[in-house]
Amino acid sequence: MDSSLLKELQKIVGTEYALSDRESLAVYGYDSTPELESCPAAVLLPAHGEEVATIVSRCAAAGVSVTVRGSGTNLSGGSISHDGGVVVQTSRMNRIIEIDEENLTATVEPGVITSALHRQVEARGLFYPPDPGSMHISTMGGNVAENSGGLRGLKYGVTADYVMGLETILANGDLLRTGGKVVKDVAGYNLNPLLVSSEGTLGIFTGITVKLIPKPQAKITMLAHFPAMSDAALAVSAIIAAKVIPATLEFLDKVTIKCVEDYAHVGLPLDVDAVLLIEVDGHPVVIAEEAAAVTEICKKHRCSFFQTAKDDGEALKLATARRTALSALARLRPTTILEDATVPRSCIAAMLQVIQEAAKKYDVTIGTFGHAGDGNLHPTCLTDERDPDEIKRAHQAFEVIFDAAIAMGGTITGEHGVGLAKKKYLPRLVGESGVRVMRGIKQAFDPQGILNPGKVI
Amino acid sequence: MDEVKLINCMRCGMCLPHCPTYRETFLETASPRGRVALIRKVTEGELDQSERLLEYLALCLDCQACASACPCGVNAGELVAEFSCEGKAGQGGLNFMEDLILRKLVPHPDRLETSMAPLRLYQRTGLQKLVRHLGILKMFPKPLARMEGLLPALPARPLRQEISEVTEAIGPERGSIGFFLGCVMSLIFSDASRATIQLLSALGYKVITPKNQVCCGAPNMLGGDLAGLQEAARTNVEIFAGYEVDFIVTDCGGCGAELKKYGHHGAGEAAAEFSARVRDISEVLALHADELALLLQPLALKVTYHDPCHIAHCQGIRREPRQLLKLIPELSYQELEAADACCGSAGTYNIARPEMSDRILQRKLDTIASSGAAVLVTSNPGCLLQLKKGLAEQLPNVRILHLTELLLQSLRAPVALKPS
Ligand SMILES: Cc1cc2nc3c(=O)[nH]c(=O)nc-3n(C[C@H](O)[C@H](O)[C@H](O)COP(=O)(O)OP(=O)(O)OC[C@H]3O[C@@H](n4cnc5c(N)ncnc54)[C@H](O)[C@@H]3O)c2cc1C
Ligand code: SF4
Ligand code: SF4
Repeated sequence: MDSSLLKELQKIVGTEYALSDRESLAVYGYDSTPELESCPAAVLLPAHGEEVATIVSRCAAAGVSVTVRGSGTNLSGGSISHDGGVVVQTSRMNRIIEIDEENLTATVEPGVITSALHRQVEARGLFYPPDPGSMHISTMGGNVAENSGGLRGLKYGVTADYVMGLETILANGDLLRTGGKVVKDVAGYNLNPLLVSSEGTLGIFTGITVKLIPKPQAKITMLAHFPAMSDAALAVSAIIAAKVIPATLEFLDKVTIKCVEDYAHVGLPLDVDAVLLIEVDGHPVVIAEEAAAVTEICKKHRCSFFQTAKDDGEALKLATARRTALSALARLRPTTILEDATVPRSCIAAMLQVIQEAAKKYDVTIGTFGHAGDGNLHPTCLTDERDPDEIKRAHQAFEVIFDAAIAMGGTITGEHGVGLAKKKYLPRLVGESGVRVMRGIKQAFDPQGILNPGKVI
Repeated sequence: MDEVKLINCMRCGMCLPHCPTYRETFLETASPRGRVALIRKVTEGELDQSERLLEYLALCLDCQACASACPCGVNAGELVAEFSCEGKAGQGGLNFMEDLILRKLVPHPDRLETSMAPLRLYQRTGLQKLVRHLGILKMFPKPLARMEGLLPALPARPLRQEISEVTEAIGPERGSIGFFLGCVMSLIFSDASRATIQLLSALGYKVITPKNQVCCGAPNMLGGDLAGLQEAARTNVEIFAGYEVDFIVTDCGGCGAELKKYGHHGAGEAAAEFSARVRDISEVLALHADELALLLQPLALKVTYHDPCHIAHCQGIRREPRQLLKLIPELSYQELEAADACCGSAGTYNIARPEMSDRILQRKLDTIASSGAAVLVTSNPGCLLQLKKGLAEQLPNVRILHLTELLLQSLRAPVALKPS
């Protein structure tokens, strides 16, 4: 990097927060995505939005690319910078600006950790539902930029359903305000949904206002054991068809169960093919009925054992264990490549079948878990990056899985984003006109192409 | 360095919120994920083992909170320690001071005790007060002044010299225990170790404290002296093999963690057998919780517990200390927020990295203050030193005790401590 630009950037954030030594740069070239790495030219940790704006305008003037990063936990390579670009990490911008109990909104800086917001709003009897598996480290900015889902997506939706207002630094350093605290707003194009899930390619969020809802009064957490995987899948569709909408309806297969139990020791069954983690929440009377309905459906679908968490502590343990699934799978083999194919809920059983067949055909081990209630499974290939042949077979298996997902009317990624990892599959899904419109949008926001270049399209 | 241990890190970031130095800095280089990546890049030849890189790694506390948090079984703290240790050996081994301390002093309890004698004299003659009063310490190099500030009042004599080798069981003997008396426990916290012995004997154990046992070797590991550690392991294994004991018990978290690892240091079957017998005092006491409950007298105190890293993260012991505290009648137990977060002591870290250590300590003190507890209980000498100093400066009304000290108070006195 040009040393005068570096000096300017140092002046903006302070030398302590402008890193350019080899060692620092080397560890800002990865995120949680396997097989991808780069080397940025500088890493900046601004303290507030104005600093971000100045950074972007200086970089734009110098033609240097900017990749914004929260905690670097995304799974599509979205925070991996261009070689020679600048990384802007938002962690220091971690203030919860306001929790507005009258309007039921929270306004935060982008570096706020998701579960820190949960804690603050829940202390006031309020609720911010999106809870990705990574919530104790993921940032709100990352969640918005990826439109992250979570364990409560089935009933409560995903991040996009809660974003009301954004403050975004555009590619020239200007500030764009969209939405706000009003619940209705039809003035002009609706830009919020466009910015949500833009993966750092359209602008950098410096302020985020989200909707809050009252905290559910009570919840019941259950675990159903299924000797046959297909029965678990059919139970998922049956629960939804019975018009019961649990907050959580998570699936774990045998491989995943074993790995999670190895780490978490929460008493998961090691002798069944699958478990469903189910949580219903709301009014105590209603959830008692819902829990009864769920129990009956699971039993009808040959679940061998059905357990109900005896208290909040046990419920929390089960949910926490589920959140470790992806990382726990990495206990078995060093490299885990996971996918995020999502299908209409009624197709879950068919999708599981496809995954099993693909694993067999290409001779790879796949552990599957995920947000079954959302039709969003994470088949995870357990492999070793030092074995190129196996890696190749893993990718072949995923090709089959993607094509099947698209054929079922599903999508290549439900919540992890396109980033670098899924870029080549996007045209297959959205078609030529889809790509053209997306290119046009990128062009309108960032004609120079300096914001997180090379991602998505 | 085992390459597989490094590539097992899948960079999920689940460890980041648990790492004290990441929490303070938000820097990837100060995170477990970043540290593993740095080491990996050196072993793969992508980075040199530069001064700066070593500096980044040296900021690691080796608290192993990351290991507890890592679902895939990576232990960044241990990898850093191993890497630094290997690096040291590669650079031609120990320097003069390290050799003097690690090889000539630490492995010989009598020499270690003699070397502490001047300090004891210094405190007892009132010289300490004078020095502090006159601010003479300001003239000394900072690390020395810090060390002085950490030092609580020393017992008149090290415990090792005072106790007899065998303490008989009270009542019918249920078994015998080999007591591993940690150096710092003996030299500084002898009351706590005395309490440990008395509790065990009250529960019917004969307690044997071999006088010739040597330092567990943890300081050697810390200083990058693997050979010294192996020597310590050999000596201790041999000494304890001479006694018929059910358990080898220690009340020092750091010693316990190290003793339990002797089996891994390639010291053979005898070492593995030794390690399998090692227990933290809380583990043994918890085995007899029912009987202990009958012996304990009320203490109407609000108490909280700080998990030492060497107990919670390295040995996985969390339930037992809490269970034991809750046995004391009328005691009100208040869980500490982030109870298993490091206090910043971490061996010699509080002297080597004063600034980071103080920031980490401050967080701990804040949680102690908001717990409202009158007594803070913990069970590792490093934590006792660090927190004692912190409390004295900021929360003088909060007392700090080793777990066995509080249990003994409850065992002995009607009400030894004043209710808060
Ligand atoms: C163990 C594990 C479990 C996970 N579970 C889930 C899950 O259940 N559901 C789910 O949806 N995802 C999950 N993820 C994926 C990941 O955690 C989410 O994508 C998360 O939102 C990323 O947050 P982050 O702060 O790490 O963002 P980063 O990874 O740093 O960045 C993600 C993207 O957002 C962009 N970005 C970051 N901040 C901003 C900003 N301020 N303005 C504009 N763009 C920005 C980046 O450029 C990048 O493209 C999981 C990941 C792991 C490792
Ligand atoms: S050390 Fe473990 S928890 Fe941390 S990033 Fe690596 S795999 Fe994840
Ligand atoms: S041992 Fe402690 S300080 Fe070191 S990386 Fe792990 S959590 Fe961080």
